[in-house]
Amino acid sequence: MYSEKVMDHFMNPRNVGEIPDADGVGTVGNPVCGDLMTVYIKVKDNRLEDVKFKTFGCGAAIATSSMITELAKGKTIEEALRITRGDVADSLGGLPPIKMHCSNLAADALHAAIKDYVKRKEANK
Amino acid sequence: MDHAAGMPVDPRVFEAMKPYFVENYGNPSSSYSFGASAKNALMESREKVARLIGAEKPEEVIFTSGGTESNNLAIKGVAYRNKDKGNHIIATTIEHISVINICKHLQKQDFEITYIPVDKQGMVDPEKLKDAITDKTILISVMYANGEIGTIQPIREIGKIAHENQIYFHVDAVAAVGKVPINVGEENIDLLSISSNDMYGPKGMGALYIKKGTRIQPVMQGGGQERGLRSGTENIPGIVGMGKAAEIAQEEMETEGRRLSQLRDKLIKGALNKIARSYLNGHPTKRLPNNANLRFSYIEGESLILGLDMLGIQVSSGSACTSKTLEPSHVLLAIGLAHEEAHGSLVFTMGKQNSEEDVKYVLEVLPGVVRRLRAMSPLTPKEMLR
Repeated sequence: MYSEKVMDHFMNPRNVGEIPDADGVGTVGNPVCGDLMTVYIKVKDNRLEDVKFKTFGCGAAIATSSMITELAKGKTIEEALRITRGDVADSLGGLPPIKMHCSNLAADALHAAIKDYVKRKEANK
Repeated sequence: MDHAAGMPVDPRVFEAMKPYFVENYGNPSSSYSFGASAKNALMESREKVARLIGAEKPEEVIFTSGGTESNNLAIKGVAYRNKDKGNHIIATTIEHISVINICKHLQKQDFEITYIPVDKQGMVDPEKLKDAITDKTILISVMYANGEIGTIQPIREIGKIAHENQIYFHVDAVAAVGKVPINVGEENIDLLSISSNDMYGPKGMGALYIKKGTRIQPVMQGGGQERGLRSGTENIPGIVGMGKAAEIAQEEMETEGRRLSQLRDKLIKGALNKIARSYLNGHPTKRLPNNANLRFSYIEGESLILGLDMLGIQVSSGSACTSKTLEPSHVLLAIGLAHEEAHGSLVFTMGKQNSEEDVKYVLEVLPGVVRRLRAMSPLTPKEMLR
């Protein structure tokens, strides 16, 4: 059902965990639906210095979370905001059609974390 | 450990079927002698299936294409034929999806369906069922055992209530036949659905027991085979296979049932002991000998399945993420689980191929798979990870 890449990211997820002093945190999904992701970001000089995740969900949810941390790390805020759900799925060698909608939330979680970061920055001005 | 999804055909069953493909391909309806061996095979198989469920007469067994067709024939056949007496049918909230969808179909045709809820262990309360009976009730349909949570219903008692009220009683016994002893007479059953593959017989075969005198009509029109109730040339190799499977099940049920229930209890006890915040779904004792349905907080079933699959263990889950509809199992919701709880459920259904070694291995690796996923989950309480 899943590509080799998805299984690799599911079995060996990259960047699992929390960032205690994160500059932005984004949570999307709902445990009722079976998927809940939180992405933590650390920003330095407008770049994502560190990205971590925690996910409750199916194999696709875990693999996309892991992939988004790899895609986003080192990118500028503007570049990270351009990463789409499609990019995540493509980087994983595709996802089963049924999972494209429900479990492919990682890009949204990243964007939510960036929004949170921007909001905090505004508030501190 | 996913025997509910599909079972291998017993090699003895396969051997019994073989001659009926190329050598004995006769049609039981033919008048010349070549058809006779097929006719005999048909009769013998019918007797074997009848014996397994304690049917008085072999003619009370009608061969079908499987559990789904048997349920269709039983429920629609009785509903349409008895419409003059009433339009009310009683079922439960945990019936197999085929029964639920047949009921929904009948609802569109002016039948009224009452779904009786079950308790937390998946048990139907016969008193509640009794209260739902009206003067329009023509059929009660309750499954013998639930293939997902394993709970076995008080069939005899429900059958008694049905008969006291002159209502037909249909039992979907697909998950139970060949695993637990069934006696249609003693248990007050008028119609009983059976599937061949669920007892190591070939796929695409099933049967419906119809007690003599039951008012029923066919749902498929044709040449009038199977006493006019199931037209179409008989699938002789399949029927022979199902008959052989029934024969073997009858001989081995007791020993195999005892062996499997020991494995089941070992698996349940071991998992609950080794893994914190793990629970058993379904009834602790009144359950199928081969079924263990476990629930683990904070994690999701499909990722559990994948994790176990990588270690060579095949199981299934009630999680939405493994279903075509993206809805969690209606059975788990019916026993009162929250959606997120239903997502974290895992179903083990064991069979002849499973040994004590398998259970030991599962208990060895399952805690690690659960721990790994919990460490990743934002729902896991921090103190649990220390």
